[in-house]
Amino acid sequence: MSAVTMVAAINAALRDAMDGDDKVVVFGEDVGRLGGVFRVTDGLSDRFGPQRCFDTPLAESGIVGLAIGLAIRGYRPVPELQFDGFSYPALDQALNQLAKYHSRSGGLVDLPVVVRIPSFGGIGSPEHHSESPETHFAHTAGLKVVCPSTPGDAYSMLREAIECPDPVVYLEPKQRYWTREEIDLPLRTEPMDQAVVRRAGDDVTLVAYGNAVATAMAAAAEAEVQAGLAVEVIDLRSLAPIDVDAVVASVEKTGRCVVVHEAPRTLGIGAEVAALVQERAFYHLEAPVLRATGFDTPYPPARLERDWLPGVDRVLDAVQAVWEQ
Amino acid sequence: MSKDGTHDLELLRQMLRIRRFEERCVELYSASAIRGFLHLAIGEEACAVGVFQALGPEDAVVSTYREHGHALARGISMRAVLAELEGKVEGTSRGRGGSMHLFDAGARFYGGNAIVAGGLPVAIGLALADHLQGRRRVTACLFGDGAVAEGEFHESMNLAALWHLPVLFVCENNLYAMGTSLARAQAETDLALKASAYRMPAWAADGMSVRDVEDTARRAADAVRAGGGPYFVELRTYRFRAHSMYDPDRYRDKAEIERWKERDPIPALVTELTEAGLLSEATWRAIQDGVQAEVDDATAYAESGTLEPVEDLTRFCVADADADAGAEAVAGQALAESRVP
Ligand SMILES: Cc1ncc(C[n+]2csc(CCOP(=O)(O)OP(=O)(O)O)c2C)c(N)n1
Ligand SMILES: [Mg+2]
Repeated sequence: MSAVTMVAAINAALRDAMDGDDKVVVFGEDVGRLGGVFRVTDGLSDRFGPQRCFDTPLAESGIVGLAIGLAIRGYRPVPELQFDGFSYPALDQALNQLAKYHSRSGGLVDLPVVVRIPSFGGIGSPEHHSESPETHFAHTAGLKVVCPSTPGDAYSMLREAIECPDPVVYLEPKQRYWTREEIDLPLRTEPMDQAVVRRAGDDVTLVAYGNAVATAMAAAAEAEVQAGLAVEVIDLRSLAPIDVDAVVASVEKTGRCVVVHEAPRTLGIGAEVAALVQERAFYHLEAPVLRATGFDTPYPPARLERDWLPGVDRVLDAVQAVWEQ
Repeated sequence: MSKDGTHDLELLRQMLRIRRFEERCVELYSASAIRGFLHLAIGEEACAVGVFQALGPEDAVVSTYREHGHALARGISMRAVLAELEGKVEGTSRGRGGSMHLFDAGARFYGGNAIVAGGLPVAIGLALADHLQGRRRVTACLFGDGAVAEGEFHESMNLAALWHLPVLFVCENNLYAMGTSLARAQAETDLALKASAYRMPAWAADGMSVRDVEDTARRAADAVRAGGGPYFVELRTYRFRAHSMYDPDRYRDKAEIERWKERDPIPALVTELTEAGLLSEATWRAIQDGVQAEVDDATAYAESGTLEPVEDLTRFCVADADADAGAEAVAGQALAESRVP
């Protein structure tokens, strides 16, 4: 076992996938020679050559579009969009094309494309570099959206995403890039479409993903110390589809649910989870499902970031509110 | 060169202001007074200073994220620019924009932009408005060589040419888009030639010579203002420092950087003016002292500025929010209460 960062885990997953299948190709802005701005693709171009890991000019829509063409011809492209906010210029190809080809071809054409996007905030970057883009993708049928929160999951879920016949938007919580986990690679964790229970408890269910899992875990520990509450933390991992069974199983036990995410509140994943829970577990609920989220504003300047993001305090407030109902 | 050199001395002073300002930014960034991203245009000052000579206050500007020099050359106060970089309410946009999004509607400076090529279509709209109103004004649109690969560049070039709009496209070609050299990003690396395919006059200028930039920009801007449709100016320049404060700059040859530094536009102009007898030792000292004093003053001003209260963050999302003071207060309060100590 060794302490592996999420960056190293993703790098290893790309390397192992490329080793195992010469149809896996990696490309994007500065991912080749430079190894990516976060060094996630470091060494891949040297190891596999510029045919399999290459730089593109600035052309986000083009990057996703060419992945579609490559996939139709039997490749397994893993393009990178450098930052969350730069995925928006690529939305045309991602939402209008990538998501639709399988259906448009009457099921004949598979698109095994994985679009990697360093996402979310928490690293002192301004707008366009701290966006939470998940809702745009999750709202579009035809795309799978996953988001690991640990290095082990980052490795396993990326391997699985690359093997998957469908397009997968793979959101990397960049604030967690340098956190370490004692793991042995290669490894496989739970299937990527399953949520996992990170911490068991009978009193309140906390649902989170990405950076917010660590916040939820910290809040759960704090709630135990402060109020003796046993808080269960569910790491969603997959945002499209959402593992509703896992969430419902937990809420049937606790009767109380809080969703935590960085994305703005309106029409965030929290809204969907709340809707699913009330559809499936209404009679088990002791309190309304609450959300601890970012605000419905543009991402704030670095100085105000800590106030804007849902921190432990805001999660605890919500936990207390559902508990006291 | 003007006879008594007044204009040239002003060009020199403007370039020095930008250089010293950005050097101060480096210090402030290390001290965490400036946070987020910081992109410096050290080495490229002749572009900003030269181009803005050609524009009047009625003209509009759209810029990129490497735009401190553009804002200063536009005449936006150094105090306001630095306060904005430090996220202070006294900044050009209340500290909301920061380094990459300097925005000053009063100066018709319609923003830096962190999205490469994101400002180009906006420039077309600004110019179309002038065109529809029959106003003889120029919209200057500045961007890097990297933007030329984006679809928005091509859409904008075509629209401007098709509708004969008063846009001055200014490409600051510093040969790199982050770690990717122009030769690895474009099949046609002669960007002026490429631009001419859109049927607009396109000229290249020496971006290390403030005089050449000014002269080219003036001729182009005057032609645009006179109803000549869009013009494209490529300024061949170089950034002396890394792409941003995070960039280890491993993709450029040290010798290449040194070669370009020999063409530093500031010493070049100093030498030229000195040799022409237009710049004495004492005048040069006075210029430097004046610039230093301005930078120190701006530093003190920004430091004493105020941070936007967190409860204000919900303001200005939409225009009618202020009318709905009740809802705004509630949302603002929620944000304020969330403050993590
Ligand atoms: C749409 C978009 N894609 C990617 C980026 C990341 N990025 C920021 S600057 C940059 C290079 C831009 O180069 P250029 O236009 O030549 O400007 P320069 O930095 O040289 O001034 C890149 C790739 C971005 N900001 N926006
Ligand atoms: Mg450039």
